[in-house]
Amino acid sequence: MSSLLNIVKQNFGSRTIAVNGGVHPPEHKQESTKQPIGHLALPKRLVLPLRQHVGNLPKVLVNVGDKVLKGQLLAEAEGNISAAIHAPTSGTVVAIEDALIPHPSGLPDHCITIDVDGKDEWIAHCSTDWRKQDKTQLLESLRDSGIVGLGGAAFPTQVKLRTNAKSHVDTLVINAAECEPYITCDDMLMRERADQILKGVEIAQHLLGAKQCLIGIEDNKPEAAEAMRLACLNSPLAKLVTLKVVVVPTQYPSGDARQLIRLLTGIEVPADKRSTDVGLQCFNVATLLALHRYFDFGEPSLSRIVTITGNVKTPANFEVLFGTPVTELVKAGGGVLADTDDYIMGGPMMGFSLPSIDVPITKAANCIIASAPNLFAPAPPAMPCIRCARCADVCPVSLQPQELYWFSKSSNLEKARDYNLFDCIECGCCTYACPSNIPLVQYYRFAKSEIIAQDRAKESADLARERNEFRLMRIEREKQERAEKHAQKAVGAKAEVAKPEVGSTIEAIDDAAMAAKKAAIAAAIERAKAQKATTTPQNVSDTKPTVEAEIAEINARREAAKQAVNKQAGDNIGSKQDEK
Amino acid sequence: MNRSPYVTSAPSVSMIMVKVMLALVPGIVAYVWVFGAGILVMLSLASLTALAAEALMLKLRNRPIKPFLMDGSALLTAWLLALSLPPLAPWWLVVVGTFFAIVIAKQLYGGLGYNPFNPAMVGYAVLLISFPVIMTHWPAPLELAQAKLSFETQLQFIFGNSSGLSLDAVSMATPLDYLKTQLTLHHSVQEITVAPQFGLLGAKGGELVVSAYLLGGLYLLQQRLITWHLPVAFLGVLALMSGAFYLVDATHFTHPLFHLFTGASMLGAFFIITDPVSGPTTPKGKLFFAAGIAVLTYLIRVYGGYPDGVAFSVLLMNMCVPLIDAWTQPRVFGHQK
Amino acid sequence: MLTAVYVMLGLALVLGVLLGYSALKFKVEGDPLVARIDAILPQTQCGQCGFPGCKPYATAIAAGEADINQCPPGGDAGARALADLMGMEYKPLNAEHGLPKPKSVALIDENTCIGCTLCIQACPVDAILGAAKHMHTIIASECTGCELCLAPCPVDCITMEPIAESPDNWKWRYPVFEIKPASPASSSQTGKRH
Repeated sequence: MSSLLNIVKQNFGSRTIAVNGGVHPPEHKQESTKQPIGHLALPKRLVLPLRQHVGNLPKVLVNVGDKVLKGQLLAEAEGNISAAIHAPTSGTVVAIEDALIPHPSGLPDHCITIDVDGKDEWIAHCSTDWRKQDKTQLLESLRDSGIVGLGGAAFPTQVKLRTNAKSHVDTLVINAAECEPYITCDDMLMRERADQILKGVEIAQHLLGAKQCLIGIEDNKPEAAEAMRLACLNSPLAKLVTLKVVVVPTQYPSGDARQLIRLLTGIEVPADKRSTDVGLQCFNVATLLALHRYFDFGEPSLSRIVTITGNVKTPANFEVLFGTPVTELVKAGGGVLADTDDYIMGGPMMGFSLPSIDVPITKAANCIIASAPNLFAPAPPAMPCIRCARCADVCPVSLQPQELYWFSKSSNLEKARDYNLFDCIECGCCTYACPSNIPLVQYYRFAKSEIIAQDRAKESADLARERNEFRLMRIEREKQERAEKHAQKAVGAKAEVAKPEVGSTIEAIDDAAMAAKKAAIAAAIERAKAQKATTTPQNVSDTKPTVEAEIAEINARREAAKQAVNKQAGDNIGSKQDEK
Repeated sequence: MNRSPYVTSAPSVSMIMVKVMLALVPGIVAYVWVFGAGILVMLSLASLTALAAEALMLKLRNRPIKPFLMDGSALLTAWLLALSLPPLAPWWLVVVGTFFAIVIAKQLYGGLGYNPFNPAMVGYAVLLISFPVIMTHWPAPLELAQAKLSFETQLQFIFGNSSGLSLDAVSMATPLDYLKTQLTLHHSVQEITVAPQFGLLGAKGGELVVSAYLLGGLYLLQQRLITWHLPVAFLGVLALMSGAFYLVDATHFTHPLFHLFTGASMLGAFFIITDPVSGPTTPKGKLFFAAGIAVLTYLIRVYGGYPDGVAFSVLLMNMCVPLIDAWTQPRVFGHQK
Repeated sequence: MLTAVYVMLGLALVLGVLLGYSALKFKVEGDPLVARIDAILPQTQCGQCGFPGCKPYATAIAAGEADINQCPPGGDAGARALADLMGMEYKPLNAEHGLPKPKSVALIDENTCIGCTLCIQACPVDAILGAAKHMHTIIASECTGCELCLAPCPVDCITMEPIAESPDNWKWRYPVFEIKPASPASSSQTGKRH
């Protein structure tokens, strides 16, 4: 009955239906849209984490000391789902080691650090005639573009632009919703560069063969919607396919891909399928612009628009090179006011606190909010859940957050999984609506982490069991083969000479072989011990005292640097343990 | 370090409780008008007992006292219980009932958010079963009273040493009670409803109180403190069921509006069955829950041994809530069922 | 009275036949209890429980010859899961069999390895790659951290490296918050530290 109702709703229901549930927090978007997109001066140093996307880490191609040009490939995509890293400006690679990254854990990760030389020299690059080239070649080339989803998900774009016999795309959904409060980077991008975005849409449509392109935008962005409408009218794509701007009511989280798809097309992508399985694909506007810059200009993904807002003097949007420290962006925003206590990367609903202000801007960083107690008051202590079900009313995925809370709290992970915990998009609507101030999303994140870790452990345990069983079987098999061989040899020898000592002779031969083997091992052990003793660095003993002092100093510095990184990581872990 | 989302909008638990108590105020005002100010004494007694009992239990359970006392849930339980009891009941009745409700039905199960049964209804049921005589001696509305009840007299009833006046002299069978006893004596409904305690829709005087509760309930709806599912389902099913019986046999079954405006129907529909902790969480579940309470209430009123069945119906349906929740899980986005 | 007896007898017969038929028709091959116990064990194959591997330990538990708290790699959670499965009371881990250690992976120092294959023969899951007189190396993704290769190595070239926490395998922590501040000084921190 309910499925019948759904079919009716899908086919006869209004197209711009509202998000199921959702909340409408105060938008705070006006503050950062007063100025056009600014540009930052070149920073002195860029720190590029290797892990800026979903999927495999790219393979580093440069070494410390290499001079690199702007747009040069520093690390190439490895494996099916991966993205490349390029030098955002020219300079010298000074380190390829762990550095602090913007991640909720506060742990450091592998990064390429570049000392900027200030010349901003481009590597040779040229456009691609994408209309004529083979699609597989274009996708191959995209692997080296470094383009990932710039809406925050950071999924390698070349994977999303693939089509095959099984998955086809009829409708291209362009995500211009930007539903989270405070963030305005897509808004400004659309106001200023709508034409370029549409050129990117052309490329995506060409690669996917979509028959209609729908641009979903919230109604709190009238200027951007107008700009996009104008660009659509002027775009040659409008003559080929259905191309239109659809304004949806402002409700968080309408920008979630599946929610937006449902808003624009009425189709609910089934939870166990991808959107391409039902003929849809969704891209952020910034990603499409990056596509255009890559194919029509040969420029790989080197920068993005980032909003700096909150407790800063002049909130605004800036075009920021990847790897720029957040300190530069905060400076460009006029600096923070005195009572700033925290920095949030992302929006207030789904963002996380930065471990330090010295972290770089990555491909997933769309906004930095300086937080103060008057902007984001500390949460009052949580009360018990009163089962008021406000969380269930606002959940856009129609989950039962209070049930998930009870299960996550008591670590009843199986039940949590049964109640569709992994369908949770961690949007934060439930926590926003909870009268008892329970940090619901934190419980779900904890439960999800635990379940994923448990599943991984179970997988490796199953593998270990298999290998163990195989090994036992192999040993059995070898024993049997040896026994057979002996039996055969015994039969053979009997046929020649009926000597009862044959078996013992063979054993004697075996023993002799064993003894020889043991002697060889003993000799090797002696050689290894001798080698250990003799292979000491030659130039460390009998050196001049000045050289020794230098060596001591270098060692001390190395130790100190290691301690500093460890301490910072340790601080973060330590502070987390304090919370425990 | 990470506490996204960093913003919240929800009213706190204490704000919700305060607003619900505000919604009860019209009903209390009407109550005082109709039955005298004795109810205010009952409310105060109940409130004090509730707070004291909760503080004691929290101390024993080694929990922080201030946040839990300030959240107003104990006060609300106390008020609902006090409003369900006869206004001239002895002081110890209120105290025992409230103590039972807070200590046994709420704190021993784990405190706020953990009780499976509605604490006010548990207190009421315990009192009804333990002290049936006192619980069925409702005073007549002031306008119908044979003796004039001043505030001092009411206090004397509550605290003992009533000056000669016995409770029988001032009490009068409630319409539901009277109806039940008269029906067993084979009188028809038409004959029964001409008795003085029957007013326009329900009980004379009492219907004023009930209408005030209805007003309060509408305020709750407007403030989005409750959703429409529970009151509409309860009142709707009650009206449907009583209407059906009435249509079949109007001499033995009263008009549906009578059922809606007597007893604890309105108070129950908006204030008692909407207790979030002991009720279901899914919208469909709420409809079933309220419908079940309505059916049981009607059956107890007509065929059962007690004049009003809201309390027992609520407790019975509270038992079914986990099952109702499990069976009415809504369809998750992206799933078939 | 007699009819009651006949009815009961009849019922018993019918139910008995049904049960017997189901027992034969739905019989599960092998001893499922051992398999279920084995599914809970972490498959480290380390032998710390006193048995030569996880399957023998599982068999022993099923036969009642071993206790459920002898597996350090399974940790507390494993002991509880076994207690749940066997319907027994939970027991804390028996320290005689070792204590839980952070998950580690073996590492061969290639400068010192002499290619003797003794560690390869010792590894219960064949996680060491190598041949006689050729370099040996641990396949890190297969290593269970059982430490059985450390002892046979004649040149002591194998060490255990704990698996470090990286953004890749980092887990969100269980949210902890205070309802009442522990001390006035920390009360200002309470709300922020969720």
